[in-house]
Amino acid sequence: MNQATGLAPAANAAPRDGIYDALVIGGGLVGSSIAYGLRRQLERVAVLDEGDVAYRASRGNFGLVWVQSKGMGMARYSVWTQSSAAVWPQLARELQEKTGVDVRLEQNGGLHLCLNDEEVEGRIEYMNELMAQPGMKPYDWKMLDRQELLDMMPGAGPDVRGACWTPLDGIANPLKLLRALHSAFAREKVDYLPRCPAQSIRFDDGVFSVGTPGGVLRSRKLVVACGLGNKEMARQVGLDVPVRPQRGQIIVLERTRRILNTPITTLRQMDEGSWLIGDSQEEAGFADDVVRLPILGTLADRAVRMLPALRDVRAVRTWSALRVMSPDGFPIYEQSATCPGAFVVTCHSGVTLAGAHALKMAPMIVSGMLDEDMSPFSTRRFHVQKAS
Amino acid sequence: MFKRLAEAERQAAGAPVRITVDGHAVACRAGDSVAAALFASGRDACRDTVVGEVPRGPYCMMGVCYDCLVTIDGRPNRQACMTQVAEGMNVERQRGAREVQ
Repeated sequence: MNQATGLAPAANAAPRDGIYDALVIGGGLVGSSIAYGLRRQLERVAVLDEGDVAYRASRGNFGLVWVQSKGMGMARYSVWTQSSAAVWPQLARELQEKTGVDVRLEQNGGLHLCLNDEEVEGRIEYMNELMAQPGMKPYDWKMLDRQELLDMMPGAGPDVRGACWTPLDGIANPLKLLRALHSAFAREKVDYLPRCPAQSIRFDDGVFSVGTPGGVLRSRKLVVACGLGNKEMARQVGLDVPVRPQRGQIIVLERTRRILNTPITTLRQMDEGSWLIGDSQEEAGFADDVVRLPILGTLADRAVRMLPALRDVRAVRTWSALRVMSPDGFPIYEQSATCPGAFVVTCHSGVTLAGAHALKMAPMIVSGMLDEDMSPFSTRRFHVQKAS
Repeated sequence: MFKRLAEAERQAAGAPVRITVDGHAVACRAGDSVAAALFASGRDACRDTVVGEVPRGPYCMMGVCYDCLVTIDGRPNRQACMTQVAEGMNVERQRGAREVQ
């Protein structure tokens, strides 16, 4: 997905009338959700984006709006994820009203399938441990036996021993989400500046000056939300944000009639009928332009065991994309101490957290302060671990 | 996929290949693709699209546009332009997305 183009930087990147209220570095799902939320309260918002040379996790992801499994080791992350799932319908409704784009949100519950008895036992243990954490906000979940699963997922294969179900999980169409956010920019006069990467950041007298190929842009607030670029950009506002790429591979099957109405962590059907098989995790550096047969073979094998009817549905595409991973896998949200007004926002769940980023995080940024209960997401957690 | 004209003429002189299209018997030239046979028999649309269910027919004739998908001998989403006709072949129009059995 990392193909260079010869396009010039956006020509309109010069500051038109002085100083933006907020400038967001990063035009993927995270940056766009934040910018969308900022525009609900601020007049002049700009979004800086790269061109097609960017790694663009937002174009390669799976599109789950997912709660189950998340937050082991940090209950606050589960609570934050649940709050995002809860406000997602509002975001989807707003986007449809403003742009006419239906992002195809479905929150009818989701499944984690277990293909042997050990996986069933392991899952029960995992969920009990997750729910028992201090600070956890427990939610409904149920281990379905084969018969209960078949009611929800007709055609489940004989290898499927059971499944963990929660009512909170769901899906959206991530490409339509990105398009809706960008359509909202055009409609609401957010300056979206593609092929205009931030190259340098200066902070003087409460104003950020961001150098770009198209000129210097000035803003009172700055949000660093440029995925794998966060490491370098955050450093320029005095924050150490140790994100790394984690590769995921996806197989796309041809469009068929909709038969899978309850999404599975590793298998979902899109609103228009295509199937996605995914959720592989590899530490493979920045190579997002290769797919590997052993991984794809394993993904396909598990999908066919889950739903044997997929055996003669054709694979039409495969791709890799890079997750933006922190050392512990949890998001990083922090305001710079040395450059107040600069915030870093980074996570690997840009779809799930889009609701919270737009409707909860953006207002905090506007207020100039992250809420007290966001402190578990600061980079201080990494420093504590190092010291102990 | 592409043939010298002389070769095509030689094949055309042979006995016709008989296939069935949506239940109708169609006589084709040996060596023709299913898409060519559909055109030659006066059929321009061979499927209805997956989402909007509007008609589409063969377009690129070289395997890249995927607009000529048909069901052949019960197998859905076959590229008509990349499949040669064969005696007794059963070709069916696809209406919307294929089923998963």
